Amino acid sequence: MSDEVSHLNDLYEEVILDHCKNPRNFKALPEANRKAEGYNPLCGDKVTVYLKLEDGVVQDISFEGIGCAISTAAASLMTETLKGKNLTEVETLFQGFHDLVTGKGGETSQMGKLMVFHGVSEFPVRVKCATLVWHTLQAALQQTQEPATTE
Amino acid sequence: MKTDQQIAPPDSSPGADLEFDVEKIREDFPILKQKIYGKPLVYLDNAATSQKPQVVMDTIHHYYVTDNANIHRGVHCLSQRATEAYEQARVKVQRFIHAAESREIIFVRSATEAINLVAQTYGRKQVQAGDEVIVSAMEHHSNIVPWQMLCEEKGATLRVIPMNDEGELLLDEYEKLLNPRTRLVAVVHISNALGTINPIQEIIERAHQQDIPVLVDGAQAAPHFEVDVQALDCDFYAVTGHKLCGPTGVGILYGKADLLDSMPPFQGGGEMIRSVTFEKTTYNVLPHKFEAGTPNIVGGIGLGAAVDYVSEVGWKNIAAQERELLLYATQQLSALSGLRIIGTAKEKASILSFVIEGVHAHDVGTILDQEGIAVRTGHHCAQPVMDRFQIPATARASFAFYNTREEIDVLVKGIQRVIEVFK
Ligand SMILES: Cc1ncc(COP(=O)(O)O)c(C=O)c1O
Repeated sequence: MSDEVSHLNDLYEEVILDHCKNPRNFKALPEANRKAEGYNPLCGDKVTVYLKLEDGVVQDISFEGIGCAISTAAASLMTETLKGKNLTEVETLFQGFHDLVTGKGGETSQMGKLMVFHGVSEFPVRVKCATLVWHTLQAALQQTQEPATTE
Repeated sequence: MKTDQQIAPPDSSPGADLEFDVEKIREDFPILKQKIYGKPLVYLDNAATSQKPQVVMDTIHHYYVTDNANIHRGVHCLSQRATEAYEQARVKVQRFIHAAESREIIFVRSATEAINLVAQTYGRKQVQAGDEVIVSAMEHHSNIVPWQMLCEEKGATLRVIPMNDEGELLLDEYEKLLNPRTRLVAVVHISNALGTINPIQEIIERAHQQDIPVLVDGAQAAPHFEVDVQALDCDFYAVTGHKLCGPTGVGILYGKADLLDSMPPFQGGGEMIRSVTFEKTTYNVLPHKFEAGTPNIVGGIGLGAAVDYVSEVGWKNIAAQERELLLYATQQLSALSGLRIIGTAKEKASILSFVIEGVHAHDVGTILDQEGIAVRTGHHCAQPVMDRFQIPATARASFAFYNTREEIDVLVKGIQRVIEVFK
């Protein structure tokens, strides 16, 4: 198998394709107490993150929007991973995810399923697709009024 | 002699010179020879920017090696040479688009700047509160935003010519939009997102019947067929150099001399003045009135070499080659299940936008890139077009005369790969 083919398979891992085709927690969340919108002007990806945060713990989280396979799968897996996590854990995972997709290495033992995004680091122009939903989550946590962007 | 029974072989190009040889043409474009991830580069992003022939690069190199000086302001030999080369380039562009006089050719930075120039000079003078400016539903952002800014400043209204599902403008609706408050019609000649060739002559005629001037965004048209601004009778025509085998950072605004004369200047500075005192400045004559400061001298000269090159390849050859590529690609891509072509106008240039069911354009672009194929993905700076078709983005393959049928075969294989990954 040539290098390119294996890079491509690394990017479009089975799990990523599955989450792209059947995104989890893909809905609005009426009981959410935080909400933010994210936009990637490069490819037109739009995402809304809904968050129910109680006592510093993510009780529930969901998303809506349109995007490429990477951004959709990133959102789906993020929501799956973060349910039940406290804010410190969320921050650690965000940092770990960011390091992973930008190829910085770092601590990965807590990353679990998010490790499927390791292939993104071979595709620098796709990093923003993977991180858009995480930036949007940050905005929700900070309750920023401005839509989050990847710029 | 040809008889009725004789059927042209599939790869014959009606209208092309017998000696048109695409492989020979490709020799003029050294960049095309490279490999991307070990695979031959298939460059199908010509609507974003074209590649540059060797002669353009040589011209630029030669200028810096032998002639470089500032223009219009030195008595020394180099300055004279540089000035002459720059002004010759203006004449080349004048002939290329069949303008009546070279002073009607204003060198600018790009099509974007050409449009902004008209909005900020003609527009600011002519458009007042309650007035209207008409654009179309398929404009590039560069022919929307300058007018929006102007309308906002003046309290004027932007009106939009709608289009049908094929990506063709509705001329009856256009007719209804024209009224005594209309100050300008600004319409794209060829849509970069859809490939539609608009019936620009008719659009101009209808506006002129009511004495409304027309600006044509020719950024995509100038590379594809012979533009004759006098035959079109357009009032302004915007061209960008880098899509036309020329360097980046240079474009031209064509304007009818009497209109340009009546307009206030765009930017102030050197070159655009006749005399300056602290009390009063009088402006220079056309075209210098609109060319403040030291221009992109080498860009203009490079653009001159580019239009010479394109003319030498010949419009007949370019049209024949591009038509064949468009037909072949349309046929091949239409046969792929799950693929939908966006922009199916009867009159189309060699631009093919498409979406694949269940696959975002961005993923299409990444997978094709791995095959060495360069296509553009996204909204193509035409978000209203995406909204009209209710899609977030498209993938777009755009062909130039140096592309080949074999490259389209590679594209088709690449798209099959995309479909496979996502099946
Ligand atoms: C139809 C159209 N108009 C205007 C432009 C703007 O050209 P430039 O960016 O060179 O100013 C483009 C370029 O993408 C275009 O396709």
